[in-house]
Amino acid sequence: MDLSSISPALVVASLMVASTPLLLAALGELVVEKAGVLNLGVEGMMITGAICGFAIAVETGSPPLGFLAAMAGGAALSMVFAVLTLVLLANQVATGLALTLFGLGLSSMLGQGYVGIKPPATARLDLGPLSDLPFLGRAVFSHDWMVYVSLGLTVAIWYVLTRTRAGLTLRAVGENHDAAHALGLKVVAIRFAAIGFGGAMAGLGGAYLSLVRVPQWTEGMTAGAGWIALAIVVFASWRADRVLLGAYLFGGVTVLQLNLQAAGSALPVEYLSMSPYVITILVLVIMSARRSRATAAPASLGKPFHATA
Amino acid sequence: MTDDLLTLDGLTKAYPGVVANRDVSFGIAPGEVHALLGENGAGKSTLVKMIFGLVTPDKGRMTLSGKPHAPNSPEAARAAGVGMVFQHFSLFDALDVAENVSLGMSDPPPRATLAPRIAEVSRAYGLPLEPNRTVGDLSAGERQRVEIVRALLGKPRLLIMDEPTSVLTPQEVELLFGTLRQLRSEGVAILYISHKLEEIRALCDRATILRDGEVVATCRPSQETAGRLAELMVGRKLDAPARAGRALDSLALMVRDLSLPPAHAFGTPLTNVSLRLHEGEVLGIGGVAGNGQDELLAALSGEILAPEATLFLGGRDISRLGPDARRRAGVLTGPEERLGHAAAPDMSLTENALLSVSYDPAMVKRGLIDWSATRAFAESVIARFDVRTPGPDTAARALSGGNLQKYVMGREIVQNPMVLVVNQPTWGVDAAAAAVIRQALLDLAAQGAGVIVISQDLDELMEVSDRFAGLTNGRLSSFRSTSDLSVEEIGLMLGGAHDMAPADPGLPSRKKGATA
Repeated sequence: MDLSSISPALVVASLMVASTPLLLAALGELVVEKAGVLNLGVEGMMITGAICGFAIAVETGSPPLGFLAAMAGGAALSMVFAVLTLVLLANQVATGLALTLFGLGLSSMLGQGYVGIKPPATARLDLGPLSDLPFLGRAVFSHDWMVYVSLGLTVAIWYVLTRTRAGLTLRAVGENHDAAHALGLKVVAIRFAAIGFGGAMAGLGGAYLSLVRVPQWTEGMTAGAGWIALAIVVFASWRADRVLLGAYLFGGVTVLQLNLQAAGSALPVEYLSMSPYVITILVLVIMSARRSRATAAPASLGKPFHATA
Repeated sequence: MTDDLLTLDGLTKAYPGVVANRDVSFGIAPGEVHALLGENGAGKSTLVKMIFGLVTPDKGRMTLSGKPHAPNSPEAARAAGVGMVFQHFSLFDALDVAENVSLGMSDPPPRATLAPRIAEVSRAYGLPLEPNRTVGDLSAGERQRVEIVRALLGKPRLLIMDEPTSVLTPQEVELLFGTLRQLRSEGVAILYISHKLEEIRALCDRATILRDGEVVATCRPSQETAGRLAELMVGRKLDAPARAGRALDSLALMVRDLSLPPAHAFGTPLTNVSLRLHEGEVLGIGGVAGNGQDELLAALSGEILAPEATLFLGGRDISRLGPDARRRAGVLTGPEERLGHAAAPDMSLTENALLSVSYDPAMVKRGLIDWSATRAFAESVIARFDVRTPGPDTAARALSGGNLQKYVMGREIVQNPMVLVVNQPTWGVDAAAAAVIRQALLDLAAQGAGVIVISQDLDELMEVSDRFAGLTNGRLSSFRSTSDLSVEEIGLMLGGAHDMAPADPGLPSRKKGATA
């Protein structure tokens, strides 16, 4: 095995790219679950976002328009879930699973004419002299702008959830929807907004896959990324900072093991392939092992709300 | 009356199949504590929800200091000067006190100014409270203070209190009454909902009594007897339970030095609990919820196995027997949670009957269920305890709280246990059903069974039990005969006093007390 063929700067650079779709989708699901809704349709919304973003970016030649379309596509699909679970009080687990199957089917239908096409390139963000720094310039400061948007969103979501009235209201609805209703908070409206936001974020994550990470369209290209995002939210004990950690850890180990495979590691390929899952889950489980209220799930998570005033 | 703060005029609200309020009219004056009395289902909750903007009346008008009062949301009601303290606390366990208060305000100030204001109001009204503590760690009394302070910060002219004392120790009740009297002297009108008659007689200036959604009487509670008020509420005369039982000499159940670690992260450990229950005797165990009641019941029912040689039934060590084996041996239990613990909500009454009698070969033969026998058993419970239900095929969830409670209690009682342990047998049950359940417990003891009643309702314990002990922090006090026990002594036995010191930061946690 030739470890010298692995460049640390390149590993960091590609881990940030590999992690961004997971980070975006997991942040969206974090907000949804903080509002007390369990949407298992992340995978479906991601892949719908992937094809919507890809198609619009190809047709218009503009990646930003593509990302916007991906958000719209993911959000639109999530509204189906919202109407079914919040208005018609359908079971959230079953509806979420159906949403994933529906999204996979819908995307492969929409994507029939787009197989084998190359999308327009997403612009690199020009960070001036920062990009010329040794190591850091290559590893951290030479990415496309979506990477930095996703990091900015992490901070913004952390700030809103923990420091603002809006975040407090959202958490209150997820914690005890009956009490929130008794205090006059609009439980259903808040959850609609949260689900829509989660859908848009999942769509954005999907578009990042099809427009930047891969970049092309193939059927089923999310390949379980939505499920990983869901798992990261749980193991990150519903905290934005740990979602970032979880996503980067998973992306990092994925990139590293691919590099190890290329370098001809003595470990069987199967072990290397499973390592991102095993290591991410282990680390996050150990971190959330201390049982305290701060790491607990939102108390109303997944429970249907019906105002019986 | 024209000088009333709030007047209700002909309020009517109907739900499909039931009229919750029919033509309700009365007035509440400023600086008055006005009681709203009635049984469960009499329409008290619907009425206050209309005043607080959670429900819109079908007909009728409300006037608040001369202006029409028709709030369409709690926010609008708060803006008009109405505050409410809910019966089932509308609090968020995972959030801290300041966040909880802020959520209940229409226009909350930033945390930096809110926290000192919480401290200030809680001091001014004798409600010690710390803004930074997580609500999930607070005792019931402290949680209520959060609700009250939240309501007071909105500077209400009318404060609605929905069954505020049901979870408080006598000392905490006194503290609350002090606060309410202070508010009254400041001109705040208080609408006080309760079915505890003695409290209403001690505190309230006027009372309006609801029955089946209609106002049946208005009176000055201090000039009526509790018995008369109960009659007005129920609509007929209520008999106090008759005590026929006499404790016999032979021991039914003995608990010796039972200590258990807490079953879950927020549980209470049991420490050196000992008791001797005789045949024909009713033991009362009082205390505020969360002091080990659930753990004690679980240890006696077999849901948690006790250490060896701690539980004895007539001399036989049953410590390591599971729930089914204990049922077979004659120890039956009725837990506090009706839905989810005593009964499976979505299963029929017949199926729920089977859950507690499945050890009986008459119902289950060689692993096969005899449904007709089980159904007959369920029907016998329904008939004997006057459970109002369309039939034994009805889902448990569909029954009202009182009816379901009669059913799950009756289910155990008709099995003629040697020992019956019940937790909160009449929690949230109306006066008539509560009387039936208490009488049934006494009758069971009269037939020679030993009965342990765990309850937060001291009046109930005084009524049914021969001997009384308090459970605090998982420790059981020694038993005293109830015939010579005053309410103050009981309060001290419950250790409610540890909560009473004025704002002493960080001290009054029951968790800390447990490790002290």
